[in-house]
Amino acid sequence: MNKWYSTQGNNSDVVLSSKIRLVRNLDKIPFPCKMNNELRKSVCRKIFAAIQNSELAGEFDLIELNQLSDIEKASLAEKGYITPAMARHNGYTALLLSKDESVSIMLCEEEHISISAVSAGDDLKSAYKKADKIDNVLIKSMKIAFDRQLGFLTSNPMLIGTGMKASVVLHLPAIGERNMISQLSTMAGKLGFSVKPLFSGNGNFYEFANEISLGISEENAIDNMNAICEQIIEQERSFRHQFIEFDDFEDKIFRAMGTLKMARKLNTKEFFELISLARLGAVMKSFNISCENIGKMIYYLGTASIISTAGGGLSADDADRLRAQYVRENID
Amino acid sequence: MLCQHCNQNEATTHIKRNINGHKEEMHLCSHCAQELGVMEELRMPAMSDLFGSSFLGNFLGAGAASMNTLAGIDRCSVCGSSFDDIVKSGHIGCSDCYDKFSDKLEPSVRKIHGKAKHIGKFVSYEESGEAEKIPQENELDMLRQQLQNAIKQQRFEDAAILRDKINAITEDGNE
Repeated sequence: MNKWYSTQGNNSDVVLSSKIRLVRNLDKIPFPCKMNNELRKSVCRKIFAAIQNSELAGEFDLIELNQLSDIEKASLAEKGYITPAMARHNGYTALLLSKDESVSIMLCEEEHISISAVSAGDDLKSAYKKADKIDNVLIKSMKIAFDRQLGFLTSNPMLIGTGMKASVVLHLPAIGERNMISQLSTMAGKLGFSVKPLFSGNGNFYEFANEISLGISEENAIDNMNAICEQIIEQERSFRHQFIEFDDFEDKIFRAMGTLKMARKLNTKEFFELISLARLGAVMKSFNISCENIGKMIYYLGTASIISTAGGGLSADDADRLRAQYVRENID
Repeated sequence: MLCQHCNQNEATTHIKRNINGHKEEMHLCSHCAQELGVMEELRMPAMSDLFGSSFLGNFLGAGAASMNTLAGIDRCSVCGSSFDDIVKSGHIGCSDCYDKFSDKLEPSVRKIHGKAKHIGKFVSYEESGEAEKIPQENELDMLRQQLQNAIKQQRFEDAAILRDKINAITEDGNE
């Protein structure tokens, strides 16, 4: 089955992916911070059973995190299926992962249920549809904690209301090159959004997300996100066109491609910086490589993911070597 | 000046300590400073160390602290949380806590979210009669918000349609 990240999306020159997270809790059951392991286990089983007894039967695999090694958990966190906090969690937690990996449901992390649906490119609406479908199944089969005034009740009081967080992953090399990210995040902050660097700040990849969940409907929150994203995309595109006129910048892009094609070792910092430039070169048609191909590398080539795919027992140094090898074989 | 520890390199780090009145001064090179772990002591604690997980808790408890002491050990019957537990952890214990501690939580919720009231997806597990009324009220809020947006964006044709819809619902209710 095709994984979500190997498909082409809208505005994929700037937007890598769109994600909707819906947070839900069961009524009359303590939130995870107040649960012991037995209760955690029975609640996880109950939620999985609800899914298996619905039209979604067979779409999800249950992954119990206590069965995984630390490196496997870190790999799931790297891919964004679980939070880093969940990877470090000692208590019983579980993950439901759809076959195409586009929907992941964290069970008994900070909240009982945390549904994340991802779509390639700029497409929050289809991500919301996917998440909403699962939400409706759960609402029908279990009593979800809800209050007329406060909306969906959550352990983290910041999330009450719709319990929805919408986010997009943006590739902003030109805005970054102009040192305008801090300006962007100040502006976003004033409007109730946040801008967070990804991959330890390497390569100008950012997560742009809404921070307001109470007093705004899901539909309006998504419309607002789309409106502001559109402006950021336009700004990034116009800066890119200005940059590409400079010989030096073009040279930088081709050099990055050269290094990726030839390097024998690539650490994560260097990899994300180079792949960011290569992605820019690809969308500006400097060379012929698909964004989906690059997207795949970004999702496969985190250190924990490389080590866990190789079956563990590797040092970070070995991972750097394997990363360079994978890039050489897949970039053409 | 040479480093007092290795006597080889130029001292670049000057450390003054005053522990319970006992004063101590050291001149060290950067290598020795690191080796002796002095820099570790001086390192700024991370934001998370400063506030810990109780950052949000402090926020929740702010202003309500005095009430909390008066309240004694009033606990939620479902999860056993006291309001103090919630303030300390920054996490609400269960859905019933929102009801149990509603008056104490309300000012904090308002600080985080403003005067807002939930709009959007609505869930009701009530039987018949009442369940039907509530979503309508909710729909009204949603339509009003859409109307505001339409006016702001100068989509007046949409605004007119929305206004008629709102009027239709409120008239139904009055009849």
